[in-house]
Amino acid sequence: MSAALYLAWRYVARHRLQTLLLAGALAMVIALPLCLRVLVQTTELAMRDRAASTPQLVGARGSALDLMLTALYFKRQPLPPITMKQVQELRGTDLCRAIPLDVRFHAQESPIVGTEIDYFGFRGLRLASGQMITRLGDCVLGARVAQFRGLKPGDALFSSQEQVFDIAGVYPLKMRIRGVLVANGTTDDDAIFVDLKTAWLIQGLAHGHDDVVATKDAVLKTESGNTVANASVRMFNEVTESNLNGFHFHGDQAAYEISAVVVIPNNAKAEALLAGRFLKGTNPVQIIRPSEEFDALMSTLFQLQALALAVMALTIGAALAIAALVFALSFRLRRLEFATLADVGVSPVALSLTKLFEVLIVGALGLLIAAGLSLWVQINAPSWVRWLLA
Amino acid sequence: MISITDLSFAYPGSSFRLQVDSLTVAVGQSLALLGPSGVGKTTLLRLMTGLLQPNSGEVKLGAVSLSRLNETNRRAFRLSEVGLVFQDFALLDYLTVEENILLPQRFGKEPLTPAASQAIRGLAERLEIDKHWRKLAGQLSQGERQRVAIARALAHRPRYLFADEPTASLDAVRREVVMDLLQDYIQENEACLIMVTHDTELISRFPVHSKVEDFTSR
Repeated sequence: MSAALYLAWRYVARHRLQTLLLAGALAMVIALPLCLRVLVQTTELAMRDRAASTPQLVGARGSALDLMLTALYFKRQPLPPITMKQVQELRGTDLCRAIPLDVRFHAQESPIVGTEIDYFGFRGLRLASGQMITRLGDCVLGARVAQFRGLKPGDALFSSQEQVFDIAGVYPLKMRIRGVLVANGTTDDDAIFVDLKTAWLIQGLAHGHDDVVATKDAVLKTESGNTVANASVRMFNEVTESNLNGFHFHGDQAAYEISAVVVIPNNAKAEALLAGRFLKGTNPVQIIRPSEEFDALMSTLFQLQALALAVMALTIGAALAIAALVFALSFRLRRLEFATLADVGVSPVALSLTKLFEVLIVGALGLLIAAGLSLWVQINAPSWVRWLLA
Repeated sequence: MISITDLSFAYPGSSFRLQVDSLTVAVGQSLALLGPSGVGKTTLLRLMTGLLQPNSGEVKLGAVSLSRLNETNRRAFRLSEVGLVFQDFALLDYLTVEENILLPQRFGKEPLTPAASQAIRGLAERLEIDKHWRKLAGQLSQGERQRVAIARALAHRPRYLFADEPTASLDAVRREVVMDLLQDYIQENEACLIMVTHDTELISRFPVHSKVEDFTSR
């Protein structure tokens, strides 16, 4: 090792804390833009796959982004509902398959997704254990929900109360866990899937209770064929084999609310025809192509990223200037030391090399930390992005 | 031999003048430079080692006239032929005792031979700093630091030794040890020693001594 490098190394090694602080600060300014790029790219990748695999979405007119976030990532957005009538109309066109989605309820932090059995085939979701939904009140869990909560087929799960102070509102439903899905690395892993009717049951559109007529002293009054019961009638908060037949729906199911519809057109022509049907601005329902909406979203995101990188470039410049100042001040404070070395006979070239090596060692250490940091972000980015999107 | 002829020096813008018409230190001899603080002892020492350039005159170390060497050669000559003991020791606190002592060798062209290494350990033992061999210089007492500075000046076996108050921080016993060492060294190595000192007790150990105030005017 050259004397200059040796001396630089010894100085740096002796002042470990200061060196680490400086190298850490340099690493941060180097790694920050890299990490931002990695996170944006990972987000893009995760979102693009999901968007690309969903041909069209139908939902209430308004924010296309909200519709996409609701239907693809099960994020509960302030999206007005549409009705099952829309699904029936779409199916009536014979241009597509339509899969309704109801994403309005949750169990603790996990979204409850009311849908039909077609959804599992469409997304390629397979069971890791247990069985598929067989009746009202059943649910199957995404892999991560099951793992995180330690749930398995045969266990039960309560839906969360939506409004704490609404005593006449939606009561938690105890759901029977029938199966756990194989992880597919998407938002599906974080969801609890139920039949659409179970979602309506949670909403309160269906209910089950004791037989009013058979229950002693339960009838409050009977008016033109309608029986009004008093509070002694027990409402069921769980669907069992014995009370299954006691559950019933009120009203016209075509008017029941859902959040969105996944539309799978038969072909390109059908896709264009379907898009045309919803063109009118007065139509309260819209149809979107997630991939196009995603491109628009990413374009905005990239602009923001470019802006953030520009700001970071300025920050990096400032940080490097401060680092240069730190070195300059350090060398100034040590001028007696360098003067001594010069007096002993050390050449100016060797002295300059010593200073240069100190800068390079700190810089290299900074790069090493930055590389480690970037690698760590790269390894963890997929799970962080999944958490962000969940 | 160290010889000075018609040496003249003045700091720019200062009334201080240093004039040495003739001064000689033979091989194996030592010279004590005496005088009160601020009289110009260190300036004369720096002129004799080539760290300062005279306005006129000549300093010769052996056959080499320092004023005829360029800066690069002067540095190289100093690194190999001159041993310097600084008044403030000038040790690097982040290096160990061993690293400080071997610093001139590390930057010099001569590789450190096992024999030289052994000799340096012997030097450290004689100066009683061998037990601190792996300690950082910043952890030593003043007296220990001074002895390390002396060991560093001698380690590369220079032919010309310049010491600025090398015993100022030492107790009486160690002062004698150091003086014995320095005088043995110049005898054994046919070297020359020029030493700045305030210590009147040491003057008797020098066959020749000069009062620096005789060379200066203000």
